[in-house]
Amino acid sequence: MTSPLEQKKIRISGPSVVTANRTWDGTVIYRTARQDWSEKLSDAAIVRTSDEARALLAESAADDVGAVGAYIAPVEIKESGKVKPGNLREHIRLQGVTIDLPVPA
Amino acid sequence: MYAYDELDRTLINERVEEFRDQVKRRLSGELTEDEFKMLRLQNGVYLQLHAYMFRVAIPYGTLSSKQLRRLAHVARRYDRGYGHFTTRQNIQYNWIKLAELPDALADLAEVGIHAMQTSGNNTRNVTSDQWAGVAPGEIEDPRIWSELIRQYTTLHPEFSFLPRKFKFAITASAHDRAAIKVHDIGLRLHRNAEGETGFEVLVGGGLGRTPFIGKTIKPFVHGRDLLSYIEAILRVYNQYGRRDNIYKARIKILVHELGIEKFSREVEDEWQQMRDSDTALTLDDAMIEDIRSRFSYPAYEKLPHMPEELKKASADPLFERWRKNSVFTHKVQGYAIVTLSLKPIGGPPGDATADQMDTLADLADKYSFGEIRVGHEQNLALPHVARRDLPALWAALDKIGLATPNVNLVSDIIACPGLDYCSLANARSIPIAQELTRRFANHDTADLIGRLHINISGCINACGHHHVGHIGILGVEKNGEEFYQITIGGRADENAELGVLIGPAVPYGEVADVVEDIVEAYLALRARPDELFVDTVKRLGVEPFRERVYATR
Amino acid sequence: MPLVKDGKIVGDEFVHLADDAEIPADGAILISSARFLGDAEALSRRAGRTGVIWPNNRDLDDLVPYLDRLAVVALVFPSFRDGRAYSQARLLRERHKYRGELRATGQVLRDQFLFMLRAGFDAFEVKKPADAEAFANTVKRYSVFYQPTGDGRMTALHRRMMLRHSESASQ
Repeated sequence: MTSPLEQKKIRISGPSVVTANRTWDGTVIYRTARQDWSEKLSDAAIVRTSDEARALLAESAADDVGAVGAYIAPVEIKESGKVKPGNLREHIRLQGVTIDLPVPA
Repeated sequence: MYAYDELDRTLINERVEEFRDQVKRRLSGELTEDEFKMLRLQNGVYLQLHAYMFRVAIPYGTLSSKQLRRLAHVARRYDRGYGHFTTRQNIQYNWIKLAELPDALADLAEVGIHAMQTSGNNTRNVTSDQWAGVAPGEIEDPRIWSELIRQYTTLHPEFSFLPRKFKFAITASAHDRAAIKVHDIGLRLHRNAEGETGFEVLVGGGLGRTPFIGKTIKPFVHGRDLLSYIEAILRVYNQYGRRDNIYKARIKILVHELGIEKFSREVEDEWQQMRDSDTALTLDDAMIEDIRSRFSYPAYEKLPHMPEELKKASADPLFERWRKNSVFTHKVQGYAIVTLSLKPIGGPPGDATADQMDTLADLADKYSFGEIRVGHEQNLALPHVARRDLPALWAALDKIGLATPNVNLVSDIIACPGLDYCSLANARSIPIAQELTRRFANHDTADLIGRLHINISGCINACGHHHVGHIGILGVEKNGEEFYQITIGGRADENAELGVLIGPAVPYGEVADVVEDIVEAYLALRARPDELFVDTVKRLGVEPFRERVYATR
Repeated sequence: MPLVKDGKIVGDEFVHLADDAEIPADGAILISSARFLGDAEALSRRAGRTGVIWPNNRDLDDLVPYLDRLAVVALVFPSFRDGRAYSQARLLRERHKYRGELRATGQVLRDQFLFMLRAGFDAFEVKKPADAEAFANTVKRYSVFYQPTGDGRMTALHRRMMLRHSESASQ
């Protein structure tokens, strides 16, 4: 899970999404196909080529007020069509920490 | 405890108001993230995986009970009910909202707590010995000098945009509990032959991608010259530190590339010119005395070393086990320094809940003159406990889970937050720590093993200080899987040394097994029961451990 | 780009001259260090007011001999995060006793105004008009300063010393 903050060349190796954090509260968000953000991964626009990824990222990054730190993240698409996080880091961002919090939610 | 006066409080409040304005301008779009990021970092606000993280300063690891209660309040009101104590004596909150931060800061400012320069390319918390002021044999309280440096470096107009972060640590004891040798500037307070107070100044220590042990740049700087000398070092660094590559921007790289002799000459040259033209930074006795006078010390009673309460309680084996593990000698007879382990078996290391903090604040009022300390090993301490109160204190601590008798033992693990929280991480560290505490949950076994520091970092930035762990564990990534490199033989104290890699990285599921193998090897190889793990490694080298671990892997 | 001096937006009398533009016999000009050093003696004695833009990655030594003949020294913040010009400013003011206009150029933003002022800058080529307008208010943000620079502001330590003396004097 080498930090994608170190991404320089944009080259995707499978279906991907653009994700970021919401500026005012830090919540994890995903770029939709409707030029906005959603907290639900199922709402995320899927890109499948590096060009598409680059374009979506550029479009997302233009929303500097609403979102912070946008980058391209891999996803896994199940046979059912359900979209899941594509690596452990994205899984943790979506689901939360893998440990019990000291204070139960 | 240092008492903030009107001037200190005014500065903190002015900083809060400035940040409130900066947040407002960020949320309105007047400031871009590129312009805002460094400003929020200067106030300790990071972006992590799920949320912002807020790092609050605990200068030289000293807190009043009032302040601790306010930290608990922030955890409850603005976060998820807990905080994490760090390897630099600070506290972190993991779920803070940017929009609410100015209010959180205002709440903290009311009790003299701030988050100034806990991140960013500036001078950070001046850390010190968590036993400062109460350790036997201490030359004098290093926190007075920490406070002088803190004030000098806070919002310094010349040094707020350094090439990279800059960390100070200061010790005044023969045994270095502040890890000064792995800091950008390390200061060892001592007295010269004339009995004057001064500092051995070390420079260029640090961990991370290119770890270095600090080198002595000047064996004795008189106390009155401390700030001007530091200014000379910072000015040389500000001008010549690399700005083209963030991995080569720390002062340790500059010292390494110039060599310590050339670097020393540059600093000396700058310092002499400074002193010739201007004496504004020279500290006179009155100024030092002013800061010293605002540190208050308890009115200790005259107490016996072995009070009745303690004699009676020694019949309880559980109390005795805790006392032998967590209670340390105080410079005043009849008193003790009590370390509170924040490393419960199966729990994440270094966390405390708001409830624990509140109860601890009450206990500090009752048993420690209202004072708490934070150590870089991510444990807390009560620095002024009367020995007659130890049994009652223990019972109360045990009730809230702060009496695990594993201080300095194998399950007293130092770990960074890792991939569960941090956007820089390659791998998780907390679950590794948790599993290790479970493997070594038996206190008899842990006692048998003796003093053993395990440090875990989730990435090469080394916030878990793995390079100087007796056993160091570094998370790396291989083909999307979590792997871990293991080093042994590191030390953070006055004999600071970097650990040595024992072999290829091992997968997540095997780390605990590997550590068990290493410990087994140690138990089989040690010359005597009281030969520490780290000394066995020194004596025998890495090979016997490597053999044991990799024989079947 | 608005120029701020004495807390307000003013017209800039100085013309930034490109390296290949002709140097007028008279008039206020700002030229690059390379150009200046190419003919320093003559340029520092020309009829009009002369200012030099000094890069932040170069020692001041070569500039120091001409300081008393220069109307402006302009230092550079290529990014607001690059703080080398703060050291240069302090050295110019405090060590070399430079008394002319010390101008901040480059990425000069509101949240660094007070640091710049304290380091010795007295003129600011401000990136955003809104920041320029907010200058006077921005530099009032702080009333307490911990460390001395050449700006003459009393440090907290000294204020405390004074308070103590006045306390003991009145006893």
